[in-house]
Amino acid sequence: MDFSIFGYQFMQNAILSAFLGGIACATIGVFVVLMHMPFIGVCMSHAAFAGALLGLWLGFNPLVGAFGVSLLSAAIIGPLADRGELSPETSIGVIFSLMLGLAFLFMGLMPGTKSGALELLWGSILTNTRSDIILLGIVAFVVVALVFLFYKEIQATIFNRDTALAVGIPAAVFLYGILFLTGATITASLRSIGGLLIFSLILNPAAAAYQLTYNMKTMFLLAAAFGVLSGWVGLLFSYFFNLPSGATIVVTSSVIFLIAAIFSPKRKVKGWQSKPLQEEQP
Amino acid sequence: MDNELIVIDNAVVSYREDIALRGVSLKVSKGEFVGIIGPNGAGKTTLLTVVNGMGKLLAGKVRVLGHYLRSGNGHSLRKKVGYVPQVQNIDPRMPICVREVVMIGRYGILGILSRPGRDDYEIVDEAIELVGMSHLARRPIGHLSGGELQRVSIARALAQQPEMLLLDEPTASLDWKAQSDILELVKMVHDTRFLTTLFVTHDLSCLPVTCDRVVLMKEGIIWGEGPPEELLTDDNLSRLYDMPVSVVRSRREKAVPVHL
Ligand SMILES: Nc1ncnc2c1ncn2[C@@H]1O[C@H](COP(=O)(O)OP(=O)(O)O)[C@@H](O)[C@H]1O
Ligand SMILES: [Mg+2]
Repeated sequence: MDFSIFGYQFMQNAILSAFLGGIACATIGVFVVLMHMPFIGVCMSHAAFAGALLGLWLGFNPLVGAFGVSLLSAAIIGPLADRGELSPETSIGVIFSLMLGLAFLFMGLMPGTKSGALELLWGSILTNTRSDIILLGIVAFVVVALVFLFYKEIQATIFNRDTALAVGIPAAVFLYGILFLTGATITASLRSIGGLLIFSLILNPAAAAYQLTYNMKTMFLLAAAFGVLSGWVGLLFSYFFNLPSGATIVVTSSVIFLIAAIFSPKRKVKGWQSKPLQEEQP
Repeated sequence: MDNELIVIDNAVVSYREDIALRGVSLKVSKGEFVGIIGPNGAGKTTLLTVVNGMGKLLAGKVRVLGHYLRSGNGHSLRKKVGYVPQVQNIDPRMPICVREVVMIGRYGILGILSRPGRDDYEIVDEAIELVGMSHLARRPIGHLSGGELQRVSIARALAQQPEMLLLDEPTASLDWKAQSDILELVKMVHDTRFLTTLFVTHDLSCLPVTCDRVVLMKEGIIWGEGPPEELLTDDNLSRLYDMPVSVVRSRREKAVPVHL
């Protein structure tokens, strides 16, 4: 293989984007996995996609549209999750399909060539510009810094929102903060990974880390490592085999998840738990 | 009066179409151990959420530890109130261990941006020791039995070094040995830490015998309150639970013995 491509600016941009996007998405993924809200993440990423297309159609910055509409969807879904509705999935499903419908509606209304829209659908990390990277860098930095600063409140909120509230933590503030960061991360990664695929990069690395550890800090670190690894390996495949980068990144992250699930020590939980029970018997 | 830590005046709480509390008034003095008893759906849990400021009051006034509660303002009150919620489902793969869960009790008091220090770990380890969970301190929280989870929950409440302890059905779904252990633990903690305790249960056989006072609840109202020996007659309980007196009597004979 010819590795001279790493000398090119576009490749360096892509490597940096994969690094920053991988960290931000995987960190958000830990929230999504541990708070059992994958539907919310999926819904918000489609909302971001719809918002971006709205921007393209009406001629304003698609990323502003993405951020605005994903926050709007969070503002609708957040209270449902917060109130602990029995099955917020139904309402979220309705909003999800609405967002997908709107996205394709805006695409249809768009005059002329749809290449900009398709780029947002599939993503293309190899064409990332300096401003894309700056945005990704800011979002990744903010996400990591907030997790670091508010680790204990976040840990409590993730564990159980009512418990967090009962010890005097304003859990709702942290829940909405998490939804806000989710919207920001999805928006910043939209052009690299694409609206249809972004959620897999959020979910898979965190789900893989979830298989491997009983320590939350380790889970954050593992997830970030898997996120970056998915980005880099996916990037290589995309370049060498001339495949869409969003797709190769997402497939890589799925493979990492599969491997983690196969080697998960948590699959042995049952055998491990049965031991103390047997000891108790007379 | 300083001595009245809880003053609830005519509280009304509703969830959508259900009215859970229909004008409840209650005063609790410092150091009291109050048992709250009533069938499922009586509004007992709702009453506890009113006390720690998590309930949404439609009407009425509530003052707890000097805080006048309005919705959304109870965070500083809750730092001083240990709450042991009704049994929760916990993800068995949740990456958090017993000691970390107990440490959550310190988080509210510590406040934003500060990290637990050595004293916090000492307080937490002492609470874990007190509830007899030291040997499981590093176990993932999802791998505990029901009784062990209740102990962790109590330890977390104690780690807050609270002035008041609220316990919501702490003995529900436990076997009789674990039930009497928990009852003894609660009473011991109440006495040694000079707490004010509200103890909620639906179960006749888990009446904490040593309550200073019992409150009977049914259908969102307080039905009666007073010293346990006066109030807990077979007659009263049979009306509270809509069961024949003879059934109540035979149930109570089988009650968990607690020697304190
Ligand atoms: N989250 C909720 N949403 C709707 N109704 C509720 C909710 N929680 C409690 N209720 C209703 O309020 C009433 C009192 O409930 P609760 O305080 O939990 O009673 P208890 O703890 O005595 O069993 C019940 O009729 C119950 O159905
Ligand atoms: Mg209850």
